[in-house]
Amino acid sequence: MAKSYWKRAFPVYLMILPGLLFFIVFKYIPMVGISIAFMAYSPFDGIGGSEWVGLRHFHRLFAEGDFLTLLRNTLMLNLFDVLFFFPAPLLVALLLNEIKAKRFKAAVQTILYAPNFISWVVIVGITILLFATGSGGINQLLAGWGFERLELMTDPSYFRWVWLLQNVWQGAGWGAIIFLAALAAVDPLLYEAAAIDGANRWRMLWHIALPALRSVIVVLLVLRMGHVMDLGFEHIFLLQNSMNQGVSEVFETFVYKVGMTQGDYSYSTAVGLFKSIVGLIMVLFVNRLAKQTGQEGVF
Amino acid sequence: MRVRASGADRAFAIVVYGLVLAASALALFPMLYVLAISFSTETEYLTRGFYLLPRTFTLEGYLYLMSHPGFMSALRNSVTISVVGTLINIALTTLMAYGLSKTWLRGRKTLHFIVFFTLLFSGGIIPTYLVVQALGLLDSFWAVWLTSAVSAFNAIVMRSFFQAVPIELEESARIDGSGEWRLLFNIIVPLSFPAIATFTLFYLAQNWNTYFSAILYLDNDQMPLQVFLKQMLVEDDPSISNASSVAYHYTPAARMSAIVLTALPLLLIFPFLQRYFNQGVMLGAVKG
Repeated sequence: MAKSYWKRAFPVYLMILPGLLFFIVFKYIPMVGISIAFMAYSPFDGIGGSEWVGLRHFHRLFAEGDFLTLLRNTLMLNLFDVLFFFPAPLLVALLLNEIKAKRFKAAVQTILYAPNFISWVVIVGITILLFATGSGGINQLLAGWGFERLELMTDPSYFRWVWLLQNVWQGAGWGAIIFLAALAAVDPLLYEAAAIDGANRWRMLWHIALPALRSVIVVLLVLRMGHVMDLGFEHIFLLQNSMNQGVSEVFETFVYKVGMTQGDYSYSTAVGLFKSIVGLIMVLFVNRLAKQTGQEGVF
Repeated sequence: MRVRASGADRAFAIVVYGLVLAASALALFPMLYVLAISFSTETEYLTRGFYLLPRTFTLEGYLYLMSHPGFMSALRNSVTISVVGTLINIALTTLMAYGLSKTWLRGRKTLHFIVFFTLLFSGGIIPTYLVVQALGLLDSFWAVWLTSAVSAFNAIVMRSFFQAVPIELEESARIDGSGEWRLLFNIIVPLSFPAIATFTLFYLAQNWNTYFSAILYLDNDQMPLQVFLKQMLVEDDPSISNASSVAYHYTPAARMSAIVLTALPLLLIFPFLQRYFNQGVMLGAVKG
C-alpha cells in the first residue's frame, strides 16, 4: 500500500515542486529577512554581521512627524475607496444583469472590461494629457466655455478624487464579473414567482438580485479589509509629484522611498513589517466578525 | 395593477439603458481621444481643443516611434518579459494547482496553507530585493520572471477549478495504466482549456503592464514599454516634473501613438477570451 502510494504520489510532488520552490525562495526567505527590521543593517556586514538594535526603527517610525501624515493619507484613501469605489462594480453588475439583449450586453461588457487591461502608466499618462494646463483637451474645452483651467495633477486638493476616479474607470466594469456570476446563479423561478405576485422590476432588483449578492459582498469586503495598507503602490507612485506629497504619501510609497531612494534598508523593512502586520490583523479580525454575524467568512 | 407595473418597468428599462450607455461612453472617450490625437498633426492638436475625430491625418507619430531606438528597444524588452514570463507563470501555476487538487495527496493541506498564507503576509520590498541580489539576479530579466513566477491567488483559483473535474476520469485513466503526467496533459489540460486560457491572459496582462519590478530590478537598457512611456508622458511634462526643460521633447502625436501601441495588444486579445471569464471561472476565487 505504502509503496503504491509513493509510486502514485511521486510525480504529483514533482509537479508541485517548482511552484513550491518559488514560494520558499521568493516569499518565505524574505519573511526571514524581515529580521533586518531589528538591526542596523549594512550591506557590507550582511545579515550575519549587522548589529541588533531592537525596536529602535519602530520607535523612530512612531515618533516621526511623517507617521501621522502617512496614517491620515492611508485612512482617507481607504475611506474614499470603500465608500465610492466598492459599490461601483456592484452597480455595474446590477445594470448589466437587467439587459436581456445578448449582443448588446456582450458589446457593453467588452467596452467596460477594456480599461482593466490598461496599465496605470497609460491611465495616468492620458489624464495628464487630457488636463495639461495649456494644450490638454479637457482644459481647452473648459477654457472655451469660460471656466477656469484645472491644475488637476499638481493641485493637492484634487489628488484623492483623481485617484478614486481613475480606480473607478479602470475597475468598475471588471469588478462586476464576480457579482454577475453570482447573479447568474439566481433561480429564474424566483423572478417568475415575483412577477405572478405583481412585483415590478424595481422590486425584483431590491428583493431578489441584491439579497443574492449578500455573501459575495461580505467576502469581498473581508478581502478588501486585508488590503487597508495596500492601496496599489504603482498607481499612487505614478500620481505623485513634489506638489501633492502631503496628501499622496502612504506607507507603501514611503517604504519604497526610504529603502530604494535613501538606501535605509532596515528602517524601510520596519515600516513594511508594520504595514504587513496591520493588514494581517485586519483580515483576521474582519473574517471573525463576518463569521460571528452568521456569514461564511473567507477561511 | 398590471398597467401600473408595466409603466414602472418601462421607466426601469430607460434608467438601465441610459446608465449603461453613459458608463460605456465614459469608458471609451479617453481611448478614442488618444487614438484621434495619435493621427493628428501638432497644429490641429494645439488649436482645436477637445475632439474625437481628427480633420488632418498623419502617421508621423507612429513612424517617429518606429525609428526611435529607445522605443523599439523597450518594445523588444516588453515582448521578451511577457512571452517568457507568461510561459513560466502558466507552466508553474498549472502544475502546482493540479498537484494540489489531488484530495488523496498527503501533506496537501500544509502545502495549500504555504501558498495561501502569502496572500495574507509578505516579507516586503527590501527583504525580497535582498534575496534577488543575493542570487545574483539583479539587472537580469530572470529577476522579473522569477519574483512573479506564481500568483498565489491564481494558483488557488485554478486548484478549485481542477477539483471540480470528476474523479471518475482520473480513476478510468489509472485503470488504463496512464500516469499522472499523461492524465494531466491528455485529459485535464484539454478539459480545462477555458480556465488555462483565462489565466494565461491574466498573467500576460500583468507581465505586459509590469512597471514596478522593472524599475526595481532591471538595468536602464532593459526597461520595458511601461517605463519608457512613463518617461515620455510624466517626466517629460514640464508642469509636473521639476526638470530644467520647459517644453516637451515629444510631439503630441508621438506621445499618443506610444500610448496606442502600448495598450493595443491586450485590448485586441482579451475580447476573444471574454466569454470564458464571463462563465464564472473567477467565482471559485471567492471561496478560498
